[in-house]
Amino acid sequence: MSEKSYLEALNLAITEEMRHDEGVMIFGEDVGGVKGGVFGVTKGLAEEFGDKRVFNSPLGESEIAGLAVGLGVMGHHAIAEFQFADYILPAVNQIMSEATKMRYKSAGDWISPIVMRTPYGGGVRGGFYHSQSTEKIFAGQPGLRIVTPSTVYDAKGLLKSAIRSEDPVLFYEHKKLYRSIKDDIPDDDYTVPLDKANILKQGDDVTVIAYGVMLQFALKAAEELKDEFSVEVVDLRSLYPIDKETVLEAVRKTGKVLLITEDTKEGSVMNNVSAIIAEEVLFDLDAPIKILAGPDSPSMPYAKDLEDAFLVNQADVTKSIRELAEF
Amino acid sequence: MKLKDSQLTKDELIQAYRMVKEARMLDERLWQLNRIGKSTFNISGQGAEVGQVAMALAFEHDKDYFLPYYRDMAAVMVWGMSAKDILMGSLGKADDPSSHGRQMPNHYGDRAHNIVPFSSTVTTQYPVATGVALAMQIDGSKAIALTATGEGSTAEGDFHEALNFAGVQKLPMVFVIENNGYAISTPNAEEFGVKDLSVRATGYGIFGKQVNGRDFAETYLAFKEAADNARNGNGSTLIEMLVDRLTAHSSDDDQRVYRTPDDIAEMKENDCVMLMEKQLLSEKVLSEAELASIKKELEAKINQATEEAEEMPNPASDQLMTHIYEEE
Repeated sequence: MSEKSYLEALNLAITEEMRHDEGVMIFGEDVGGVKGGVFGVTKGLAEEFGDKRVFNSPLGESEIAGLAVGLGVMGHHAIAEFQFADYILPAVNQIMSEATKMRYKSAGDWISPIVMRTPYGGGVRGGFYHSQSTEKIFAGQPGLRIVTPSTVYDAKGLLKSAIRSEDPVLFYEHKKLYRSIKDDIPDDDYTVPLDKANILKQGDDVTVIAYGVMLQFALKAAEELKDEFSVEVVDLRSLYPIDKETVLEAVRKTGKVLLITEDTKEGSVMNNVSAIIAEEVLFDLDAPIKILAGPDSPSMPYAKDLEDAFLVNQADVTKSIRELAEF
Repeated sequence: MKLKDSQLTKDELIQAYRMVKEARMLDERLWQLNRIGKSTFNISGQGAEVGQVAMALAFEHDKDYFLPYYRDMAAVMVWGMSAKDILMGSLGKADDPSSHGRQMPNHYGDRAHNIVPFSSTVTTQYPVATGVALAMQIDGSKAIALTATGEGSTAEGDFHEALNFAGVQKLPMVFVIENNGYAISTPNAEEFGVKDLSVRATGYGIFGKQVNGRDFAETYLAFKEAADNARNGNGSTLIEMLVDRLTAHSSDDDQRVYRTPDDIAEMKENDCVMLMEKQLLSEKVLSEAELASIKKELEAKINQATEEAEEMPNPASDQLMTHIYEEE
């Protein structure tokens, strides 16, 4: 075991998989050379694996996605990086029309075994186009997997699984977690399943389901409230498809559920989770489903007070858990 | 140019003609199947067959990859797909190698013949082809990739992004724009501001050439040179191949609405298949009797392929939820 940051854990996952499988390659804007990405996730990779397997791509996101699909067709496992989740938009056609449908449209004759990594999330004064959670654009597209690690352990294990998967995986990394969380993780090889939510804390009074920074808030709130209420905390992990079994079991157990996303609510992943709960276990609920989400503002503004006003915060989470527990 | 200027042997030229003629006759069959309600859609390459066969013959089909677009029937047949394969696609049969009845007709793909399927959103195959070519470059396989699209696609961002990357990496590939004058009903003059789309190659640092796709030898030689350059590590080429669209955009379109009778008549007088037949006769590659005999033979072949394809099973409805994710 060694202490690693979320960012270091991601770097380790890529490094280990590139050592393990010569077909793995990684590219994106500023990913190669000595820079190793604007956040440094790919630092050191070009030096170890050379500029054929680790390289800078021109500034064109559709090409980055299409390139990955073509490499996948030829049996390589491409990891494509989109510099910010906000910048993924020009690649939507490649992701939805090619990557996601390659297996289905050929009934398995061709596949697209690619990982598309991208940093998302706000609270870093990134303004409109460096703060957004864009996962809702893709969530609901069969053929595609969308996952996000919210712990250091998962950062390594989930990325390793994504790289080994034969499916196209959209891998969201919360940029605020890159350097803000550290943990002891195994030095050797391990993986985390791509399609399973994870119960991080058992509880009986309220179930909280979240991902990203919001999951950290949930864990902290559960700790703060531990003398009063027992809170079950679920890391959603797979944003699509949703792990219905784990989610429904955790909700049935307490009968009260708080769903948290920093994305705006309408059409969000948590609205999908809410619909599943309402459809499947309504009569097991002891209180209405509660969703904490961003406001219906077109994006996250830059100014400090505006950004703070946009984001769900620790106090909101603690308060909502208490309200649900006392309902 | 004369057919013989292609440097192909007499037998090779006859073989090329058979493929041109088969593609024409097969497409006519697909229209019949559509008009009698046996298939719901057809989108044709009529008017591009000579160019497509000349183009495809410049490649090594056992190792080179092709990422076509929906008018490329003649080219995919040169690459190895059969009339029955294509008919099964139009009829939505389970053994259709393009998509096993999942995609619309004419969306060609074939794992056994290195043909990668594409989407109807157009031009997405250009970036995907750069990935295929990059893999070949990295693997040192000496194989190359060909990708095709219509001239309407040159307005798409994917067109630019792929050519830019091909220039950066000197990829072993050939891009072709099959310019048939129209993007559905929108004429060239409303699509782009240049007379020769191949000049765009200069802006990406790759080779560029415009060819008359009705001229077999000119087209074949241009693609041969492009393929040689790709295979020898000299990088990519963008070829604009001028062709005709003898039919409507698709079975759901009627080009008489937006093209003049004179325009359509003139195009039909210069039908590439007819021009090739004239050349075969004048260069004494084939006689009238031999042309007639080939036609008769192909008629029988297509009739048989149609019968066989019609008898093939449809995909079972329980196939709907298969091949979505990797199966354990």
